[in-house]
Amino acid sequence: MMPDLGKYGDTVLSAYGVSLLLLLVLLVLTLRRGAKVRAALRDVEHRVGRNG
Amino acid sequence: MSIWEYANPKKFLRSTERVLPPLWLGSAVLITGGLIWGFFFTPDDYRQGATVKIIYLHVPSALMAINAWFMMLVASLIWVIRRHHVSALAARAAAPVGLVMTLIALLTGAIWGQPMWGTWWAWDPRLTSFLVLFLFYLGYIALWQAIDDPDTAADLTSILCLVGSVFAVLSRYAVNFWNQGLHQGASLSLDKEENVADVFAYPLYVCMAGFILLFIVLVLYRTGTEIRARRMSALLARERMSE
Repeated sequence: MMPDLGKYGDTVLSAYGVSLLLLLVLLVLTLRRGAKVRAALRDVEHRVGRNG
Repeated sequence: MSIWEYANPKKFLRSTERVLPPLWLGSAVLITGGLIWGFFFTPDDYRQGATVKIIYLHVPSALMAINAWFMMLVASLIWVIRRHHVSALAARAAAPVGLVMTLIALLTGAIWGQPMWGTWWAWDPRLTSFLVLFLFYLGYIALWQAIDDPDTAADLTSILCLVGSVFAVLSRYAVNFWNQGLHQGASLSLDKEENVADVFAYPLYVCMAGFILLFIVLVLYRTGTEIRARRMSALLARERMSE
């Protein structure tokens, strides 16, 4: 299934590895911060609503 | 219905909640499909061998590196002219995405350049202008972090964005402006003689569409996060004042 990359195997795979890793990190950080801020805002809104 | 309705944070959040799931799915399908097509089902180039497969990451990321900055420029101008907070937050939200795209373009370019040019790096007009663009992204993000007052931060980063646009334009047209250096001209052209062969171009179009969609999704999601963070700060400030 893996295509024959010849003498450029390391080159091509490292380019794909680095790029996909960076995209994954960006995605994870984005979603994690989104979830954290959403939860924190819910808490604050709840507290402020309760205290009037 | 006017586009300015989306300057209302509540309306923006409501609308993006609805469109984000299909957009996430679309970008995932396009990027995965395009990369699988390009990596597994395209032949080697007669001169560049298998390294041609790097094009499916290098070109879309470079495209988004430049266009992310232009999107930030438009959002910054809207902030400066109409003072819509959502547009300033959208510019802020786009910067880390543009930074990562620029980094991917620089790294894949270096990895590709090593076997083709015999060097990881050269002070070529396009490479250098891309490096400067990368530094502008870092400076832009740092400036947002450094200033406490959000409106002042939005004003100053808008000016930085305006200045940085010169390098975004240079990154795009450096090869045309200075007809020298190692980097080739545009990979995609309306001129059939200059354009890459169809067998490479079609999966490349799919990857480009995927990256564009991914950028849109990430910016919408991150802008939503920035709006919520801003609301939280406002509520906390109000709570402190009432104590």
